[in-house]
Amino acid sequence: MLLLAFDTATPAVTVALRGDEGVLAEHTEVDARRHGELLAPGIEKVLAAAGCSRTDLTGVAVGVGPGPFTGLRVGLMTARALGDALDIPVHGVCTLDIVAAAVAADGAFAVATDARRREVYWAAYDVTGRREGEPAVDRPAEVADRLTGLGVAGQGSRLYPEQFPRALDPELPSAAVLAELTARLLREDPERLLPPEPLYLRRPDAVEPGARKAVTQA
Amino acid sequence: MSSADQPIVLGFETSCDETGVGIVRGTELLADAVATSVNEHARFGGVVPEVASRAHLEAMVPTVHRALETAGLKLGDIDAVAVTAGPGLAGALLVGVAAAKAYALALGKPIFGVNHLAAHVCVDQLEHGKLPQPAMALLVSGGHSSLLLVPDVATDVRPLGGTIDDAAGEAFDKVARVLGLGFPGGPHIDRAAREGGDPDAIAFPRGLTGPRDAPFDFSFSGLKTAVARWVEAKQRAGEPVPVADVAASFQEAVVDVLTRKALRACKENGVDHLLIGGGVAANSRLRTMAVERAEAVGVRVRVPRPGLCTDNGAMVAALGAELVAAGVEPSRLDLPADSSMLITDVTA
Ligand SMILES: [Zn+2]
Repeated sequence: MLLLAFDTATPAVTVALRGDEGVLAEHTEVDARRHGELLAPGIEKVLAAAGCSRTDLTGVAVGVGPGPFTGLRVGLMTARALGDALDIPVHGVCTLDIVAAAVAADGAFAVATDARRREVYWAAYDVTGRREGEPAVDRPAEVADRLTGLGVAGQGSRLYPEQFPRALDPELPSAAVLAELTARLLREDPERLLPPEPLYLRRPDAVEPGARKAVTQA
Repeated sequence: MSSADQPIVLGFETSCDETGVGIVRGTELLADAVATSVNEHARFGGVVPEVASRAHLEAMVPTVHRALETAGLKLGDIDAVAVTAGPGLAGALLVGVAAAKAYALALGKPIFGVNHLAAHVCVDQLEHGKLPQPAMALLVSGGHSSLLLVPDVATDVRPLGGTIDDAAGEAFDKVARVLGLGFPGGPHIDRAAREGGDPDAIAFPRGLTGPRDAPFDFSFSGLKTAVARWVEAKQRAGEPVPVADVAASFQEAVVDVLTRKALRACKENGVDHLLIGGGVAANSRLRTMAVERAEAVGVRVRVPRPGLCTDNGAMVAALGAELVAAGVEPSRLDLPADSSMLITDVTA
């Protein structure tokens, strides 16, 4: 297999390539405003670093969020288009699960990432690292009340240290971890892989206009 | 199947609410597939960027395949990829740019990030053949109102003027709302005006047409307000609003200014071909008046058919093919989506 993996649902643009024996190359840049610029060159970089051609790829793994929408869409659009053009399958993985897969905790824990507007995307994980329930978006204080002292990985714990005093590593997802996780799920539990659909968790900001305001003062 | 001067180009356009994928061979149109999210925006009275961006992601791959089917081609037949890099809605542009990069990367073909406005100019080549150069271009839509001098659409596009407030199409949307007509406003106003509207019924103001005003800039905000005031006065007096007359008189004011300025620009620059593009170019009164006035001064008017005037992928592919033929360097894979891309930059 030659699996291309990437995630753009956080400030990190992380790309990795995994062969049969394990991860061959990883390239990560952190710049919340340049996902659209960094991802395609990142893919070229990992292919070049591993000495592989795009036509050797056998699958794509992509983080499906939740995450800020513009960055998230860059990853999903890229994954879908690559899958289409190369005629290879595209597997989705929840971005919080990618962070969780790299947590070395000796108990239950949680992952919280930056949802902007003073909220976090978050999910709780049991002692085996399995997610409990669906990811959600809430204010840090509300999440902290529900977690009662659990360690929290992800950028949320760095942004809101008062609410999440027990910060765990990692802070950001890694595509190498995504590649390993996807390879394992493909082997053991393919049902848990997701379609490449974005987890937005929020409706678009749009207000239906009320009655039109007169331009003249009555 | 293709050759250096007849490259097969796949074009992507997502600057607003249309997901456009077009395929051309040189100046020959092979496919023009468009998916639109316009109905999802109608109840908001304008395009909601996040709604448009979500729709682009969902529509993109199916639209690519509709275009390929129409053209009878496979992705492997494509020689180059072109994509609108700007101007437009940032989040919407980003989806198209990401798609174009991924297809270019997967196919191992060059990518051209192009200017949306230059693409509006270039699309006419698909219908009426090579654009005489220099040409004058009047681009009017919900997002832009520009007058451009075009010595060479692949390398040299010069802005002479543009709107200082609302785009022409925006004024149509707002006036349609005042009159209780639907969104987008252009076709509704056009239809209402044709249903017996008198274009001279009400003398609405012509913005920026005084002797000291910028000769090639536009302003439609004052006109829009004047229409609203006029309608409100009628309503307050308890009188019926003559919708057809208001629509026709408003439309006449817009079209009068657009054509007058465009032809003045032709005259001052010694240009005898005027191209009209953008969604408002579908307006029947604009087409008629432009041709009448142009003929009187020896200028030829070129207007692509309505489907090519609104945003579409074929226009982007057309410009891409022009760039390949002109030997312009492709863009790099880190090319950004630039929501405020300057018209002087034909490529990104
Ligand atoms: Zn346009």
